[in-house]
Amino acid sequence: MIEDFKKIYENRHNYMKAWKAKNPDWKVLGYMCSYMPEEILYAAKVLPIRWLGGHEPQNVTEPHIMGMFCPFCRDVLAQGLLGKYDYCDAIGITHTCKHINQAYESMILHRGVDHFFIPTPSKMQDKQALPYYAGILKIFKEQLENWTGKKITEDDLKRGIAIVDENRRLMRQVYETRKADNPPISGLDSMYMVTASQMYDKQEVNKIIADVIKNELPGRKAKNDPGIRLMILGSEDDDTAFINMVENCGSSLVIDDHCTGSRYFWNTTEPGNDLMSVIADRYLKRPPCPIKDMPNRTRIPHIQGLAKEWNVAGAIVIQQKFCDPHELDKVAIVNGLKAVDVPTLYLEFDVTVPIGPFRIRVEAFLETLGSEDLF
Amino acid sequence: MGIYKTEPLKCWGKAKELRLGVYEGIKKARDNGTMIVAGGTESAIALPAGFDMDFLGGEPYGASCAFAGIQDPSWNRGLMEASEAASYPRDMCAYMRIGIGSLLSDKFVFGGKYPVPTFNLQTHICDTHGKWYQIMSDIEGVPYNCVDYVPYEWETENESEESKRLKRVYMKDQMLDVIDWMEKVSGKKFDDEKFINAVNWECESTSLWAQCCMVNQAIPAVMDEKMMYSLYIIAVLMRQQKAAVEFYKVLLDELKDRAARGIAAFENEKFRMIHDSQPPWHNLQIFRYLEQFGAVSIGAHYSFSLSGGWAYDKEQDKYLPAKAPKEAGVTLKTREEACDWYSEWLLAYQTLLRSLRYSGRGKHKRIQDIIDNWKIDGMMIHLNRGCEGTAVGQMELRRYLADRGIPALTYEGNLADVREFDLERTIDKIDTFMETVGLTKIAK
Repeated sequence: MIEDFKKIYENRHNYMKAWKAKNPDWKVLGYMCSYMPEEILYAAKVLPIRWLGGHEPQNVTEPHIMGMFCPFCRDVLAQGLLGKYDYCDAIGITHTCKHINQAYESMILHRGVDHFFIPTPSKMQDKQALPYYAGILKIFKEQLENWTGKKITEDDLKRGIAIVDENRRLMRQVYETRKADNPPISGLDSMYMVTASQMYDKQEVNKIIADVIKNELPGRKAKNDPGIRLMILGSEDDDTAFINMVENCGSSLVIDDHCTGSRYFWNTTEPGNDLMSVIADRYLKRPPCPIKDMPNRTRIPHIQGLAKEWNVAGAIVIQQKFCDPHELDKVAIVNGLKAVDVPTLYLEFDVTVPIGPFRIRVEAFLETLGSEDLF
Repeated sequence: MGIYKTEPLKCWGKAKELRLGVYEGIKKARDNGTMIVAGGTESAIALPAGFDMDFLGGEPYGASCAFAGIQDPSWNRGLMEASEAASYPRDMCAYMRIGIGSLLSDKFVFGGKYPVPTFNLQTHICDTHGKWYQIMSDIEGVPYNCVDYVPYEWETENESEESKRLKRVYMKDQMLDVIDWMEKVSGKKFDDEKFINAVNWECESTSLWAQCCMVNQAIPAVMDEKMMYSLYIIAVLMRQQKAAVEFYKVLLDELKDRAARGIAAFENEKFRMIHDSQPPWHNLQIFRYLEQFGAVSIGAHYSFSLSGGWAYDKEQDKYLPAKAPKEAGVTLKTREEACDWYSEWLLAYQTLLRSLRYSGRGKHKRIQDIIDNWKIDGMMIHLNRGCEGTAVGQMELRRYLADRGIPALTYEGNLADVREFDLERTIDKIDTFMETVGLTKIAK
């Protein structure tokens, strides 16, 4: 049921505690960025779950992180310091941005948890990145073997790849249905689906998605009137209150470019003999976080393509306050969308968003999209 | 009458001449239409040295604009506002915003129009760097490339040799590819001999700067930090040149002589401090204010290591000047060998860049090393809103020091954006800090 995604998202800790009790032969690793190679973790019988924020004011991170670091990294650290994820046996991160890496380092300094750092390349377009990253992933695999005390076989890796790729394929299938004039699933439920996939056992979530595709989506309309079709993109975003507000203002979010959305699952692995290279290649080729989109700008044609294929009238670009990676791409992305006649509304997010003022801005944006040119 | 004797540095004028010479060279190249390469100075600047070219480095250029803003706000506020008018967010890297503003305004702080380079080449040392020159190239319409930089982890993390090997090969192979790319976009032949010389000189000059910093362990310190900014900049701007090596040899001799004769940078040195992060370039007088209390900042992880080569010595459990190729008994003969050595140098010995990526236990260990060996009484941490690379881990560093009873002062500011610095408030914080460590102003 579509409602199950929301249940998992909202009750993530209860779900995981129950899951752990049922699966004593597995370990759980909490990760902080969507570049974590989950295939290898599934192969090692280590369940990867993504740490996201709690969207509540907190008072524990000020002594650890400077105020001008992004609210998301502070919210994630707060969850860790408050013990919300204490059922995790370890934490892990890949090199992405320094803000979230700071949250990871503070957790190590103050909670003494087992930890895994993967030095991912940043210049993912470079041909030299593949042999490097494949080698780094091999080291990560060996570290996991030492930690769990179990060898990871080729069959284990194939099983891990299959689980994660299945999740990606299913979610892509759901996203394809959103191309319809009246999409069968809302942007909010799509976000719940992706975040549930990040927060819970994919083997369980895959069953739910497959069931939704088969039994719920055919003939379904998420809303009687979808209103204006919008795209949303930018920083990490699981602000469900904001998404809900936008979709209740006469619009539907039909596509996104978020790491809690399409960026997370867009591509699957491609066949190959060396499985470490296969996995590395998948992450190098995924739609990149801005921090990894250089020297060429691949994000612009990708986002323009999404806007066209999903037939959007406008785009909401959100940025976590102080999120350098997305700030660095701000001008290029806004201009890129303008070049294909997609107007944008740019908003800055914090741990909680001011729904009232944001509603006014969204409504004004929708009004400009809905009105005909006067001259 | 102070506690110690003091005297000006003899090579001060030479440092100024070299520094200004870099920018004069860029102006000439701009006016004559010869080759300019732009990028960050904390990049692999020996790479483009295989061509006859002048290198325009973004960070020291930003610092120069910030400093020039003291006299003429258009070089600071004005350039920031030009960048913001073009929708670049105001909390991004302040050096980058000044660079963008300078380009968009078509103004060069050393005179005339902004010098548009033949191409931009960057090393991605922090999250911003690789993107910074992507933006510059967007605006300039010139080719762009970058070298990804994944430094070795700190010694505290017990990184495997295989991990280090992969990083080294990754960087070396990128460098080799970039050389081909530079030839293609410039249409010029890359000279291996020039490149190999540049690598040797870069390693030697940064090792020499580290040796100069070692001399500052003397009591009294022979350099204060404000003085160091005018000296380390030679390594920042032109460490790949023979002139930098020659300068640092002269400086090292002079510093050793000062230490032997007990010549102080500050005549009333009573309380030795170190600083963290870049200073607010527009308000360097805060360092002179410390002196009113007998306190002096005698260095920083930043100024020691930004263009310094430091190697960890396991037996002594200390950081010591790294050995340049010749000192290590290595002769670089080919482009491949030079790229390999250069990669190792940057990955292993560029400890400031390492701390931009890994800010936890390893950086604490290095700071503790400086505190112990440079006999430091307290620390001043610039919570730097203009450089998140150096700001990462600062709050944890403050906690680390507090847990060990090491006095630490934090002040918030911005290395280049004067609008984010409050001088009076900073002075108040210094006053309070001095009171807590029992220092009062020295009677004149």
